[in-house]
Amino acid sequence: MTIRVYVPRDAAARSVGADEVAERIAAAATAHGQDVQVVRNGSRGMLWLEPLVEVETAEGRVGYGPVAPEEVDGLLAAGMLSGEGGDIGAHLGVVDELPWMKRQQRLTFARVGVTDPLSAEEYTSYGGMRGLREALARTPAEVVETVVDSGLRGRGGAGFPTGIKWRTVLGAESDLKFVCCNADEGDSGTFADRMLIEGDPFTLIEGMTIAAYAVGASEGYVYLRSEYPDAVATLRAAIEIARSKGWLGADVLGSGLAFDLHVRVGAGAYICGEETSMLESLEGKRGQVRAKPPIPALEGLFGRPTVVNNVLSLATVPVILAEDAEAYAAYGTGRSLGTSVFQLGGNVARGGIVETAFGITLGELVNDFGGGTSSGRPVRAVQVGGPLGAYLPVEQFDLPMDYEAFAAAGAMVGHGGIVVFDETVDMASMARFAFEFCAAESCGKCTPCRVGAVRGVETIDRIVAGEDRKKNLVLLDDLCELMTDGSLCAMGGLTPMPVQSAVRHFGKDFGA
Amino acid sequence: MTSEVVAAAPVPVPGRAQRVREIATELRGLRGALIPILHAVQEELEYVDQTDIPVIADVLNIAVAEVHGVVTFYKDFRRAPAGRTTVAICQAEACRSVGAADLAEHAKRSIGCGFGETTYDGRITLDEIFCFGNCALGPAVQVGEKLHGRVTPARLDALLGEAR
Repeated sequence: MTIRVYVPRDAAARSVGADEVAERIAAAATAHGQDVQVVRNGSRGMLWLEPLVEVETAEGRVGYGPVAPEEVDGLLAAGMLSGEGGDIGAHLGVVDELPWMKRQQRLTFARVGVTDPLSAEEYTSYGGMRGLREALARTPAEVVETVVDSGLRGRGGAGFPTGIKWRTVLGAESDLKFVCCNADEGDSGTFADRMLIEGDPFTLIEGMTIAAYAVGASEGYVYLRSEYPDAVATLRAAIEIARSKGWLGADVLGSGLAFDLHVRVGAGAYICGEETSMLESLEGKRGQVRAKPPIPALEGLFGRPTVVNNVLSLATVPVILAEDAEAYAAYGTGRSLGTSVFQLGGNVARGGIVETAFGITLGELVNDFGGGTSSGRPVRAVQVGGPLGAYLPVEQFDLPMDYEAFAAAGAMVGHGGIVVFDETVDMASMARFAFEFCAAESCGKCTPCRVGAVRGVETIDRIVAGEDRKKNLVLLDDLCELMTDGSLCAMGGLTPMPVQSAVRHFGKDFGA
Repeated sequence: MTSEVVAAAPVPVPGRAQRVREIATELRGLRGALIPILHAVQEELEYVDQTDIPVIADVLNIAVAEVHGVVTFYKDFRRAPAGRTTVAICQAEACRSVGAADLAEHAKRSIGCGFGETTYDGRITLDEIFCFGNCALGPAVQVGEKLHGRVTPARLDALLGEAR
């Protein structure tokens, strides 16, 4: 009987040797005449265990990790192919039974790491296409209302209700509408979009097709960053397969729906993660932000009504349709309903993907899941929600992951990325970096962002040098207020968030 | 930052303009064709030459200034050929939390050029990048096409040795 062995094809796993591990296993099996099929799955999201090798056994998939290429022969000799080797450090037992996995509620990421990302057969056998079939059995307006009722909010960071956006596009009159997926995941500490596209690309395709049906769009674009070459290749391959299966094209699933999907690769501009800048870039222009209104839902790509959603928002739609809105909305808390895909990164012992209902506390994520720092030193700060999110001290670890609770604390959940720093971090240098980054990546259209960021760097330098410290701290606050209120988009508008939170919580790093 | 340290402007290879015209013509039917065209030109011809710009503008029937504006807005588009090996070090927050700033200083010293620069012998181009999405396994470094995680200064030196 063929033994199935899983070695992830995820870029993170590959960055620590997964390709070499897969080659070694295949070569050893051939040499010993063993019937082994090496499946290149997505990553389970336990990134500290990568490369994580799984072997299918009668008890379930038994994991080994992290496995270095040179350890493969020893593991095979210890009986890895039959799930043995309980006395070896890398032996993890049945992966689905690991506490880290069992404590999660994986809805959006249900198949990531489990299936072969480019197997259409596995996709459908693990529940794929149920959401689209369910959607096609309803009217577009019913689909929109289902998404509204689910409480799904934009996972890209802004948290705007997805269904409300769709309702606007559905109501707009036009002979041509678009669905655009923002996969320009440029925020440091966020990698869930990448992992979903590399690990379960058909889910995104299905979600975008449901969106197209719901709003009456015929063309879709995924704006994917050039820093993610694996994701580009996987998604392009998945789109080809979807076309050949009739999941995309002139007559989707024989329903009469015409929808096709294209990948566009970004070109190294962080600002293109801002939706209007992304639309400009998709039109082949400089990625300069547009003033709103008009909103993209009414005048978006090439001036047409356009749905612009993040990868995770769109990839969550299939499960909402398949399981229904109430089932999804049963997860979460307050106005933050459903699950969120949190990402633990930076100086963290156990980094990776934690999909769980909103409401889990920051401390549970960083300490219980993350296990503290990788350096072993105490945690000093975490940045939540990307480079434009707040730095929080451990005193705020009881904050629940909830859009409103974070906003009330002067922070944001954003895309759910959490970057951990140990006690060696100099928060004044991180605040300076926030301004530096804004200065480098500003599109230059509005003055508060373009000039404010440069002035911010200078002001922090003066504060740290002890030059008119009090006066310059007042000036810094004034500058931050102006940038917050006067910038055209979130780049300039939110750069003050990491800066001011750093000053507020870690004042002694600023020479106090 | 684009690579601007090469002293003399690169000399385009013969037939380049014709090839650029073919690439642009083949892709001009795409919506928002300019960026896909620039990617295709760079992939095949290593960089976007100043002389490519009017050719692309002509095919797309847009102003030369518009093409120039796009080429210079996006960091990905090189204005001169890169070194034989490109090294890109992530400098974003998550990688900084595990020593990416020190790694960058080490790289500049051991390679002998700064970010956005190519060594004088044309061997290596060093770039900084903001996020490969490998934030739990930093510092992340891309050497050529291959991404590496948990890169220490010693590991970087070993990777550069292999690339030599």
